Amino acid sequence: MNRPDVYASTWRLPVIVWQCLFFVGPLLFMIAVSFFLVKNYRMQEAFEMANWSRMMTRGYFWDAYWYTLGLAAASTVLATCLAFPAAYGLAFKVSESTRRWIIFLLIIPFFTSYLVRTFSWYVLLAESGVVNAILGKLGFGPYTMLNSAFGTLVGYMTLTLPLVVILQTLSLANVNRSLIEAAHNLGAGRMRTIFTVIVPSAKVGLIIGAVFCFILSFGDFVAPYYLGGSKPPTLPILIIDTTKSGQQWPRAAVVAVVMMVTLLTAAFTAITMAYRKRR
Amino acid sequence: MTDKKPFSRRQFLRTGTVATGVLAAPMIITSRKALAQAVEINMLGWYGTAEPDMVAEFEAANNVKFVPKYYAGGDNMLAALAQNPPGTFDLIHTDAEYAQLLIDSELVDELDPSDYPMDDLMHDDFRNFPGHWKDGKLYSLITRYGHLGVSYNKDAVTREEAMTYNVFWDEKLKGKVGHFDWHLPTLGQMSLLNGNNDPSPFDIDEAAWSAVQEKTLSLKPQVGGYFDFGGTFASLKNGEMLAMVGIGDWVTGILERDGAPVSSVVPEEGGIQWTESYSVVSTSTKKDIVKKYIEYTISPEGQVKSAQMLGYPGFAVTHGGRALLNEVDPAEAQRTGQVDGDPNDPVKLISDGRIHYRKVPAQQSLEDWNDFWSEYKNA
Repeated sequence: MNRPDVYASTWRLPVIVWQCLFFVGPLLFMIAVSFFLVKNYRMQEAFEMANWSRMMTRGYFWDAYWYTLGLAAASTVLATCLAFPAAYGLAFKVSESTRRWIIFLLIIPFFTSYLVRTFSWYVLLAESGVVNAILGKLGFGPYTMLNSAFGTLVGYMTLTLPLVVILQTLSLANVNRSLIEAAHNLGAGRMRTIFTVIVPSAKVGLIIGAVFCFILSFGDFVAPYYLGGSKPPTLPILIIDTTKSGQQWPRAAVVAVVMMVTLLTAAFTAITMAYRKRR
Repeated sequence: MTDKKPFSRRQFLRTGTVATGVLAAPMIITSRKALAQAVEINMLGWYGTAEPDMVAEFEAANNVKFVPKYYAGGDNMLAALAQNPPGTFDLIHTDAEYAQLLIDSELVDELDPSDYPMDDLMHDDFRNFPGHWKDGKLYSLITRYGHLGVSYNKDAVTREEAMTYNVFWDEKLKGKVGHFDWHLPTLGQMSLLNGNNDPSPFDIDEAAWSAVQEKTLSLKPQVGGYFDFGGTFASLKNGEMLAMVGIGDWVTGILERDGAPVSSVVPEEGGIQWTESYSVVSTSTKKDIVKKYIEYTISPEGQVKSAQMLGYPGFAVTHGGRALLNEVDPAEAQRTGQVDGDPNDPVKLISDGRIHYRKVPAQQSLEDWNDFWSEYKNA
């Protein structure tokens, strides 16, 4: 009979405790809150379906849901596509010390507040801003970039692109070089090598980068509010709107639970795909 | 060779005394500081009301320190009260329509009208302001107010054009009309545009409410965005939005002071008034000093500070306050029409019946209005 591995369990314990305290516990509490009621601006413990039935039957909730999902998906595709050439260059075309420096430079934006970085786009993207001034010199524009889906996507890229580049670079740098050489020796061209050897070999890292991008974009409040002008609102904005008026935290919890379920489903599907063995 | 002692007794005592003094000094200083520790006044208020430009003078004179908790919107204020234990706050700065809810919930103390210069208030309505009194007793003291109308960029819209809410539908403003992200002022203005001014744009029946919703939805193609405090200032300042619904001089006044080409007018259909007041929290243990501060806010000096507040300006409510403002800052008095005889004198606008006090909806629930607001934003 196998004895339980006490040593291994001891090392696993902090992660389990951490997850229980700061993820499972709050998640269960949030689910419970979604059944509470609000009376005179105070939450009262209850087990009523009123919040769920109300939110699920509101057209604006579903509009916000599909819009948020679409924007997050667009952000994921955009970030993955924009990051790949940069990550490929960093992984295969530069020296190791250059790669280290560039990764360090990619980390630097995280030293400053995301809100500050977002507001700095105002100066660049406004109709009287720097980008339109340059385009104007070239005979184009002015274009409306703020308070639009374009503005929101710029914000999402500000948040996610450096992270996706770093994750993709680390993943591509670990691809077995002899596989690439073998592909070349067997006559595969550059593009074929990329799509049949490099991308499948780095699949896990590439998908994890995309998952992070999706999660961060889906839950972001700052970019759609400040660069998208809340036009139309995304789910995080809807949460704020719901709590602002009448202190409807239980209804906001309904939105949050739906967001969590969506994110868990997306992440689980993506991770399953990432680790699925080729047959 | 002399056998020297490494440390004589005298040296030991001297060094020991100095060392003890050095070590004890921080504790002595700390305890002296503790003795002189300023009394903390925990204040729940709109942004800017407990900033140094407003309270530093009172703090210095009375050895108190304001500890603010800022909110945006009356609902946030009620939530902050509900989510903190009794005794957390001493003083509440609030809008009139929410002061009524505080009074109904018995969260604030009765005030003695004789403590305040009620006869010096500039308008009869201010003396018996709806929401500040209950059963003939005063609970909340009016301190400042402002008017909401059409806010516009002067390079794109003329004052004459801005004199009607219909300007928001002007083709040249397509995609350039911004909203302050709060349903109450915007829907109030739409209600006024639909002619609901008697008894109030907030007291409308179901048919009128449907018409207000329809009118508001028709504005959607013109809308460039929905903004909070910071976004409202930024989008007007950088010209991204050329007209704003639901705000007034409390935003454009600050930008105007900075030289931005923006302004606000009360249009022909009428304007909405926000009215702010102070109340003493029932559970406060510092009621005397809090009441003293409320007296200060309505004194001429306090009124001038309020009119010049960096966070957002408000009109003076007393004759004394207006007189002192005209004396110390005539430019600001002129800019805001706070000069006797000025055609845009805010008190005259009230007397002329062009101003309607902002209220919570009378015939619908706040929830109905907010629900529509979410729907409108998503339309």
